[in-house]
Amino acid sequence: MAGKTLFEKVWESHVVSSKPGFPDVLYIDRHYIHEVTSPQAFDGLRKRGLPVFRPEQTSATADHNVPTINQHLPIKEELSRFQVQKLRENCAEFGVELYDLGHEKQGIVHVIGPDLGLTQPGMTMVCGDSHTSTHGAFGSIAFGIGTSQVEQVLATQCLLQAKPKTMRIEVNGTLGKGVGAKDIILYIITQLSAAGGTGYFVEYAGSAITSLSMEARMTICNMSIEMGARGGMIAPDETTFEYVKGREFAPKGEAWEKAVAYWKTLPSDADAVYDRVEVFNAEDIEPWITYGTNPGMGMGVSQSIPDVAIGGTAKDMTKALAYMGLDPNQALKGKKIDYVFIGSCTNSRIEDLREVAEFVKDKKKADGVNVWIVPGSKGVEAQAIEEGLDKVFTSAGFELRQPGCSACLGMNEDKVPAGKYCVSTSNRNFEGRQGPGARTFLVSPLMAAAAAVTGEISDIREMIA
Amino acid sequence: MGFTTLKSTAVPLPIENIDTDQIIPARFLKATTREGFGDNLFRDWRFDSNDQPKADFVLNDDTFSGKVLVAGKNFGCGSSREHAAWAIKDYGFAVVVSSFFADIFKGNSLNNGLLPVQVSEPFLAELMETVEKDPAAEISVDLEAETITNVSTGNSETFEINAYKKMCLIKGYDDIDYILSGKADIEAFESKRVTF
Repeated sequence: MAGKTLFEKVWESHVVSSKPGFPDVLYIDRHYIHEVTSPQAFDGLRKRGLPVFRPEQTSATADHNVPTINQHLPIKEELSRFQVQKLRENCAEFGVELYDLGHEKQGIVHVIGPDLGLTQPGMTMVCGDSHTSTHGAFGSIAFGIGTSQVEQVLATQCLLQAKPKTMRIEVNGTLGKGVGAKDIILYIITQLSAAGGTGYFVEYAGSAITSLSMEARMTICNMSIEMGARGGMIAPDETTFEYVKGREFAPKGEAWEKAVAYWKTLPSDADAVYDRVEVFNAEDIEPWITYGTNPGMGMGVSQSIPDVAIGGTAKDMTKALAYMGLDPNQALKGKKIDYVFIGSCTNSRIEDLREVAEFVKDKKKADGVNVWIVPGSKGVEAQAIEEGLDKVFTSAGFELRQPGCSACLGMNEDKVPAGKYCVSTSNRNFEGRQGPGARTFLVSPLMAAAAAVTGEISDIREMIA
Repeated sequence: MGFTTLKSTAVPLPIENIDTDQIIPARFLKATTREGFGDNLFRDWRFDSNDQPKADFVLNDDTFSGKVLVAGKNFGCGSSREHAAWAIKDYGFAVVVSSFFADIFKGNSLNNGLLPVQVSEPFLAELMETVEKDPAAEISVDLEAETITNVSTGNSETFEINAYKKMCLIKGYDDIDYILSGKADIEAFESKRVTF
């Protein structure tokens, strides 16, 4: 009999019951909730007269719909204020721990979970947010769910879920200068398209993946959904254990030893069989950038926009380029830009901020460019200040904001004006994503920093030693 | 909920990779109830920056109406927001036909009595052409038999739906009731669950 994949091991250890023709009842170890996709779920519980089944396995924060300036003041916008207030009331009524606005543990749900040690290998985790796949970096099954399912998990700590197919994506070799995790995942999505992973749960493997830090691995797993895959995971190893060790909610003492021994059993067996395997070479990856209106429409920064449609019809390509104000065969290098956004659950961790700070030290942003840098959590913000990164950013003319999802989805005031170009470290370049009419180029933190300094799309490789 | 067959005219939307940010932009996700999202369905394709209807968008074209939305491949990709399914349902659609659906959107639809019908590329192409040429053309969907028919051409195709979800749609069965009927199983699982 063939061995098992990491995914199968974690899935099978969480099946409560399984009936032919029915989805599995899957036990959920940890449920993260936030203000936008939970209020209707709590209302549902109230209508049913049900409590939260396991409140101690549920963690809440306010991140999607919060301002990134003056967080100590009441939220100005009425609907946003009401939504955050509703989360407070719901958490108080149902006994769920809330890391509220202003709390030292508040932040983007996918940044705080790992940071606090709530996210651990071998777990099942869900959240009403598609980027929950981020937590798969620890070798856990983590994926986004809709609000009806949030209600389901609140009510039962379980989820009805059909088992997806498995795909192994291997990236082998050594990354070139100026190329990082964000470039790897953008490259993969371009190769497989925005729908290429639908129906699959991905395991990322290969030397270019295993050599990455935990935060870089999170960037990779985070964007799994952008190729349609429900989630992505990476086998836990020494890098994982080293990261988790000592964090607030991580196992301690004897429990730690037991946990590590168990986690070491999780990696896929050598003879495990996947439904699909894709292999890429790290040497083929250059700093990557999107030109279109879905994350599959990307290219190397030295390349030109294709004149044939990739991952869609010719009509879709024409529509996307018209929206972006670009033409086929056009190079993006040298293109003037208006905004730079460094943040989001993809790239707002301390390593991202350190990397940007190191590059912009003693440099200034270009005139006329607005640069927003939004740390992923209060913890990241505090760390950045402790390391003096805040001074580097402000002297470069960057605006250091307070934690939240911010301009990744523009639910708050952080919107890019219509027609303006934004170089962004976030995860989606959909029409209107960063504000009605806003035009988004997705890139790595280093590429964003380069654009901030030159005021145009630049090749980071030409700017670093 | 509780429909088994439906016969209706349709609205064509021949665009691929329609993401949930297009279906319902994030700035409309501030509501704390499930109602009223239909008003902002496809908001930025439907209205200009002065909130005036854009004449060239199909939902503003009186020629087309009906309970079926026919859309291009990879419908509902992107964000997990269930508000997308709520908006489509609230607007008045009961069925979305496409040659490919994003996973989370498909699940969210089924949890809200909105039926995603996945058909082959050729069937979709013919259906799109039929509807675009003749707004009075009807589509019939039989959930029990898992078939969809382009009434004008008489061409039919079967579609797949999870047997459990089909039962939920037809009988109005509820996921939470179903899971809690096995509460003893959950508690038994918890007693042997791996925790540290």
